[in-house]
Amino acid sequence: MRPDDFPLFYVFHFYLFGLIAIVSSIVFVTRKSPVAAAMWLVVTMACLAAEYIMLDAQFIGIMQILVYTGAIMVVFLFVIMLLNLGRPADIADARSWGLKLLAALVGLVFIGETAILTTTGIPAEKYMVPASFMNDQLAKYGAVGAVAKPLYQDYSLAFELASIVILVAIVGAVVLGRRRTADAR
Amino acid sequence: MLAESLAISAVLFAIGVIGVLTRRNAIIIFMCVELMLNAVNLTFVALSRFYGMAGQVFVIFVMTVAAAEAAVGLAIIISIFRHKETVDLRNINVLKG
Repeated sequence: MRPDDFPLFYVFHFYLFGLIAIVSSIVFVTRKSPVAAAMWLVVTMACLAAEYIMLDAQFIGIMQILVYTGAIMVVFLFVIMLLNLGRPADIADARSWGLKLLAALVGLVFIGETAILTTTGIPAEKYMVPASFMNDQLAKYGAVGAVAKPLYQDYSLAFELASIVILVAIVGAVVLGRRRTADAR
Repeated sequence: MLAESLAISAVLFAIGVIGVLTRRNAIIIFMCVELMLNAVNLTFVALSRFYGMAGQVFVIFVMTVAAAEAAVGLAIIISIFRHKETVDLRNINVLKG
């Protein structure tokens, strides 16, 4: 779809949420306190959820809110709270200037690669679906069904394997988080 | 909106890389990894409008792996903290050659 196919209202809000996401992620990286950083990361993830919903991925947007901001970030905050790491003074950090420059260079290379990619256009046009594909899918199966149908049909093996990944993660987290002393059990 | 989405995604990924390379707090580095995964998810979602639903399915898998990774990684951080009383990577250098 060409950019001029979208109404100005849509384009304005797409840019607005993207800008908030980028600014809050910059603020997130530069905060000294881990709690403040986590809160700014939540803002970034909420803006990304808005972007997903604007890109016709309503189910993914809701999952972003539920899984990332609702579950993963809460786990991060719990760990910060349990380990009492909220004090910014003794964990305020930044490495040497050489490493900072290296990091900035790597970031610039990534952004430059994007700039080059935008001029070369979309690759692999023969795999592209028709322009009305997403609207057809949403009208036919609904926002959840459009994701669920390929997930349970074409990718059912990967779906089952994902459950094993989660099981291993649960067992690993319990084993790693256990206290080693005899009186703890 | 494809070019804009890819640009936002690349900028967010670059910020995540900068965070991983410059920060020393292990928990903040983990959060930067989550930010990078989010940036990749945005690329998947933006391209799924052009290449079919598989992109959104992959986002679900990325979220699954991110949740598993956060659980295991934070458990590792907790056990390191019990051992060393710090999450500052300057003090966790046993494997340094």
